[in-house]
Amino acid sequence: MDATIAAIETKRGPRLMLALLALALLAGCWSFLLGPSDISAGALLRGLFDGQSAAGIIAQEIRLPRAALALVVGAALGASGAALQGLFCNPLAEPGVTGVTPSAGLGAVVALYFGLATIHPLMLPGLAILGALAAAAILYLLSRKGAGAVALILAGVAIASFATALTALALSFSANPYAMSEMVLWMMGSLKDRTLNDLAYALPLVAGGVALLLSAARGLDALTLGEDAARSLGIDVAGVRGRVILGVALATGAATAAAGAVSFVGLVVPHLLRPFCGYQPARLIGPSALGGAAMVATADVALRLIAPDGQLLLGVVTAMLGAPFFLWLILKMRRAS
Amino acid sequence: MNAVVLEHVSVRFGRRTALEDVSLSIAAGAVTGIVGPNGAGKTTLLRAALGLQRLAGGSIRVLNKPLVAWPREALARAAAYLPQGGEARWPMPASDVVLLGRLPYRIGLGAPDAKDLKAAAEALARCDAGSFARRRMDELSAGERARVLLARALATGASILMADEPAAYLDPAHQLGLMDLFREEARRGTAVAVTLHDLPLAARLCDELVVLHEGRLAAGGTPAAALSDETLARVFGVAAMRSGDVLAAFRRI
Repeated sequence: MDATIAAIETKRGPRLMLALLALALLAGCWSFLLGPSDISAGALLRGLFDGQSAAGIIAQEIRLPRAALALVVGAALGASGAALQGLFCNPLAEPGVTGVTPSAGLGAVVALYFGLATIHPLMLPGLAILGALAAAAILYLLSRKGAGAVALILAGVAIASFATALTALALSFSANPYAMSEMVLWMMGSLKDRTLNDLAYALPLVAGGVALLLSAARGLDALTLGEDAARSLGIDVAGVRGRVILGVALATGAATAAAGAVSFVGLVVPHLLRPFCGYQPARLIGPSALGGAAMVATADVALRLIAPDGQLLLGVVTAMLGAPFFLWLILKMRRAS
Repeated sequence: MNAVVLEHVSVRFGRRTALEDVSLSIAAGAVTGIVGPNGAGKTTLLRAALGLQRLAGGSIRVLNKPLVAWPREALARAAAYLPQGGEARWPMPASDVVLLGRLPYRIGLGAPDAKDLKAAAEALARCDAGSFARRRMDELSAGERARVLLARALATGASILMADEPAAYLDPAHQLGLMDLFREEARRGTAVAVTLHDLPLAARLCDELVVLHEGRLAAGGTPAAALSDETLARVFGVAAMRSGDVLAAFRRI
């Protein structure tokens, strides 16, 4: 390992981040410019800053929240997936598969349909975060009891089914004539009709969550050697676990409160980027956030290109891509072992 | 000089006693082998000495300072640990695995500095692992992986090195090669403690031996004194077949 290799290594990281950032911004801009009303890009951009006329209202109230939320939600899910995979040393761990996202959705539904969200707007992301935290805590306790990779995923399946069932139950009990159609919206996720308010609450919470995950990155690297080795390297392992669980709950909870349960982003993105990050958990979190932002924004553009009438939901697109990928990963893992 | 001193150390897991009243010392500049049948408490002894295991009784001093008084990071710089069956769970390049040994010196998310890279390169070279430093862990053989993981522990530059069954799952040539690396470390002044299953290997390559039996200290001293016929019969249930003075093989009693 000579100096030149080290130099290459340190150069590659920022380059990857820049490329992913460009990709995410490109997808975000495309999302912003895409919509049913026939307004020129120039008018939209002018409107974004002055807020005048129809173009201004569309730009500020409809296009900006949707495009920006796609990036924020994607960043939350990508970073959460990378951190969970690092924590459990398991490439199958992901907020959706492990039941964290469905549990966050349950929290959001409870807040919305039982009037809690009218007490304070923060109740919606707050309860979603609480739901995510409960699921993540259960997973954490199971992993402490020595549950292996497969057991954790099975536990995630159980948590996800349970949360989904409770979500359906909550919606059935709420005095809401549109319960069925809204249920689908929460379970599949969508960025339709979001407001600037949704963005204003999601952004700082997701940023806080991702910052927590980044602060645990060093510890995740050490954990690749096992818990004892990590502790012998001076890492506060319990602290690292706590920060990851809390960070994932904050980011995923806030993202789910804004967009519903969007799954598989946290699975696919870290897996694709891992070879470019030297398989190192710490180096994977930042790129996964940017890659997740790019993926969700692209998916949100794609679904509007495929079905301009708004019938296609975001979670449908990510699951269509993600679920076969998940199966392929399991097969690959079986072959490796 | 004694780098690690255990005094009347006891460890319990629930009702089960893992270590009972163990007093011993691990000297700097020597290889101390810890042997004993399965479940004798070898791993627990290492973990206790590193502060990874809560004690039920007794006290431990590391480099003349009570273990409990060591800040976490400072202890990590003073004592390196190679756990049993240690693996890198992601297929990272070997050089990045070795750089993890520098974590006690690195704060925040900063990239490793020149000193870290130098220490890692030196550790790789000492373990004769420089030629495959850029290869991924899953592309290496078990013997090569063992050398990389040892280099990871050496990269810390700690004055105490503890390794749990480093020779397990290795073929004889790699076992001897690995033990040579431990001897080399001891020559540089490091206090080396290794747990070993292979008694002839332990007898040949350790300066001092500690024999554990059901959580208690059964014997200790030079290999010849520690692995007496009486101890072998009582602790391991075997009789030695020696070639000259050297322990070569066993037969059941």
